[in-house]
This record gives sequence, C-alpha cells and structure tokens, in this order.
Amino acid sequence: MSCAQTIMDYGLRSIGIGERLLPRSDFTLCQQFTLIGSGLVWNIYFGVIALAAGFFLATALALGKGARSRWLRKPSEWFIFIFRGSPLFIQFFFAYFLFLSLKSVHPFFDPFSSAWAGALVVLFFNTAAYSAEIFYGALKSIPRGDVEAADAYGMSGWPRFRRVIWPTMLRLAWPGYTNEAIFLFHATTLVFFSGFPAQQQKGDALYYARYFADQTFNPFVPYPILAAYFILLTLVIIGLFGLVNRRLNRHLPAEQRRKIRLRPNLIR
Amino acid sequence: MFSFCTDPATLSDFAWMACYLTTGKHMSFYYAFGTVLVLLAITAPTALAFGFAGASAARSRFLPLSLFGKGYIAIVRGVPDIAFFLFFVIALDQGLEYLKHQWVCPDWDQPVRQGNDFIVCQAAKVPLGNSAQWVHKTYSFFVAVFTFAIVFGAFAANVLFGAMRAVPRAQLETAEAYGMTQRQTFWRIVVPQMWVYALPGLSNLWMVLIKSTPLLFLLGVEDIVYWARELGGSKTPRFTDYPHGDWRMWYFLVLLVFYLAFTRVSEVVLDRVMARLTLGQATTGGEAQRRAEA
Repeated sequence: MSCAQTIMDYGLRSIGIGERLLPRSDFTLCQQFTLIGSGLVWNIYFGVIALAAGFFLATALALGKGARSRWLRKPSEWFIFIFRGSPLFIQFFFAYFLFLSLKSVHPFFDPFSSAWAGALVVLFFNTAAYSAEIFYGALKSIPRGDVEAADAYGMSGWPRFRRVIWPTMLRLAWPGYTNEAIFLFHATTLVFFSGFPAQQQKGDALYYARYFADQTFNPFVPYPILAAYFILLTLVIIGLFGLVNRRLNRHLPAEQRRKIRLRPNLIR
Repeated sequence: MFSFCTDPATLSDFAWMACYLTTGKHMSFYYAFGTVLVLLAITAPTALAFGFAGASAARSRFLPLSLFGKGYIAIVRGVPDIAFFLFFVIALDQGLEYLKHQWVCPDWDQPVRQGNDFIVCQAAKVPLGNSAQWVHKTYSFFVAVFTFAIVFGAFAANVLFGAMRAVPRAQLETAEAYGMTQRQTFWRIVVPQMWVYALPGLSNLWMVLIKSTPLLFLLGVEDIVYWARELGGSKTPRFTDYPHGDWRMWYFLVLLVFYLAFTRVSEVVLDRVMARLTLGQATTGGEAQRRAEA
C-alpha cells in the first residue's frame, strides 16, 4: 500500500473519517507518521479552544484576586489554588466521574461524559487558573508611573483598565503566558489517559503513539515521532505568540522589549 | 476488622461505613498513599543527584560531556512529559533485558527483535518469570523511581545549571586570584553559593513532583489512582459483602483533597525554608527582610 493511500485512509482517522480498522500488523513508518499526526487534531482542538476561552476567565480571575473586596478575592484565590494545587490527571478523573453521575440527573450533562466536551471544560478551568496566576503577577508589577499617568489624564474605571492597565498587564505577562500555552498543548495528551474513553479508537497523538508502542513492543519509533510533532507544534506556538509579543511591545525602544524565553512549566 | 463486621447487611449506616472503610482492599488503598510518599522520598534526592550530574556535565569544558549534559537538559523541553514516562518504562525494561541477555545467553543465535516481538532467552527475563509476586512489584516500583529520577533529573539539571551561572562572577574571579584550580573553585565557591539561587526553582520542582505522582498509575504500579478506580466502581451483592453504586467520584474527590492538602503543607514549609535561607543574603529577598525588621 502506497504512502499516499495510507494518508488518504488514516489522515483524518482521529475524527472518524477514513478507514475504520487501525492497522494490525506490518506497521510502516508512513502509517505511524500519518496516524500520530492525525491524532494531533485533537491536541490542537483542546489546546486552541481551552486557551481562547481560558484567556477571558483568566483575566477576570486575575482582577478578582487583585480586588480589594473579600467577596471577589477569596473565590478567585480558591479557584486558582484548587486547579493549580492538584494534579490535572486527578482533575480529569474526578470530572469524568462527576459528569457520569450528573448524567443521570439531567440529560444536559450527556455530552460532558465524552472527551470533546468534558475534558475541554477541565482544560479550560485549568488553563484559566494557571494563566490567572501569571496575569496576577503581571498586574502587581505594572509600573506605578503608568497608572499615575492615566490618572493625570483623567481616566478612571473602564477606560483606564481598557487603555492602560490591561495592555500593560498583557505585555508583562506575555512571555510567561507563552510558556503556559506551550504547556497546555502538552497537557492535552493526558486527556485519553484519564477516565475519558477514546470512542471507536478516535484518540489524540499520544493515544496512537501508545497504540503502536504496545503493538510493536518498540518504543523507539512512535515516541520520537510524537516528540517531533510536538516540537514542531511548540515552534509554531512560539512563532505566533512572538508576533503578538512584538505588537504588544511596539511602543518600546528595542532594547527594553521583553523577549520570550522558553521555560515550560513541566507537569501539572 | 471490627468484631461486629461479620454480617454487614444487618448493620446501621455508621457501623456499615466503619466496616466498609476497613476492609482488606481499603487497607491496600491506604497503603498506596504510603507508596506515593516513599516514591517521593526516594525520587527527590535521586533526581537532585541526576540534576547535579547533568548540570556539572553541561558546564564541563570537555565538549562531548558538555553536549551530553546540554542535550539531557534540552530534551525535556518541547515534548510532553507523559510521553517520556511511557517511553522510558518500556525502553528501560528492554535495555535491561537486552544487556542481561548478552550476558547470560551469549550463544543465542536468533535476533532479539523479531518483527513485532522483543524476544530474549528465558534466563534473561527481568525479573525472572518464576520469581515471587513481591519481586515483580518491587521491580516495577524501582523502574518507576528510576524513570521519575531521569525525567525530574533533567528538570533539576536545568534549575541547577541556571543557579550555577547566577553565582556572581566576582566570586569566581576572587577564587582565581587566590590561585584555586577549576575544580576547587567549583566545589568550594560555586556549589555552596548556588543553593539560594536554586531554591525557588527547586521548590517549584517539588510541587511539580508531587503533582506528577498520579502518573505512577501509567507505569503499572498499584497506586492510589488504581485503587480509587478499583474500589469506587459499583459492586453487586454477588461479589462483595459491601454492595454500593458507582462511588468513583467520591474516591477521586478524596485524592483531590489529599493532593491539595499536601501542596498546601509543602508551600508553607518551603516558604519557611526560603525565609531561613535568604536571611542575611545580598538578594532582594534578604534586603526586604532587613527592611521589615528595621
């Protein structure tokens, strides 16, 4: 079977398009590359949506944690502590079984016991908590002069936040936030290893890599392929976030701009 | 456990719960918490040693050694860590069996890799096929420890490498002015001073290590995640004296609380250690302490 045929058959296997049966024997390199690559669709889906939605919740949580009112501060602090202080792996398990029990209460919770919605919710809350901590740190280190200048211009409330505090916070937080984004994509590989089942063998990149490793008893091919894909993905994220970083820092002289340093947060 | 537990079906709720929570399987569950703590106690120093070796190697003037050290540090970046865990466990297992195979069966003429199979002679199995259950358990536990040590060693190497470079240059120049050799400068000047710079990174790493212990489950050790799934699943009266529905949610809630409590305690302890270490140091932290006292 030619490689083009394999790509036709398995290129979108992870979302259920193409050949139904996974290869069972005589695995070719092409099959491994194609299937692991097709699983990457899920990693990107989880990562992009959780990150995009998490961004707004993170901003809200960071402001909440920085607020003077106890009623805003305490809930935000607890939310951040709960999601940062416990392993993501356990959060997945807990959420899965929680959604399973809720399913019997109301049919609204039906989709949440499958990975595409349930795991997404967990990742959304999780990345919101981690990003909120980064944003909170940035919020605390906004130069006083910037805020005073805004006051001097007669800005307050929403305009001051929208035009001074928020952009500065983002600018300061961006290098850390880039690492959070990279790390979130790595964390998406945990989804199908926790409670969430991969229905009809529609899994993510690591799911297929493990499938090949289990079938061939040879970890030296599928995992390096997976690693190569993730390094590529990481480079793409760094590139995209670097563009945003340039825009956020465009008003600064070149030597004051903050460079993004790759420093992932390791394991959740 | 208790004397009144002989016929659980007749018990009141409270007594039933007391009996249920002290069955043999639950004891294994509690015991698994011990496994996690033992793993942490063994892994943390081992990983630190690996990290120290890696960071020293990366600083080496001998190019291959320095490349090896830097490669070791760099390889953990850009790749999801659980891929490492899954990879190392099989790779370690096969590596050990292969080496032992070369050692005990030198006249074996078939290739080790036959298509999809990895075949070594019976005498080279690690552990031997006929060994006791506890040997298998201990073996898989130590493979897990070693895997953790390799992965976290790379993280620690990264932190220590940065800390070694953070030691002020003037200190090293002073050592050179005193005529110390490279080795003496390293052991007498760099190593004692680097800990203050390394501690924030290392305490972060400790938190990460705590949170990565559920991955033991993926390495085939019967840890708390394994038992929580096992015990929580719904039980029918046919197979157990204590039938119940699907309680896995509650078991995982217990695990969640366990980890949160552990993290909180570690945070408090590490803050104290940091406060003690920065006392009198010429860092911003030490400066802040001085000002707070004055």
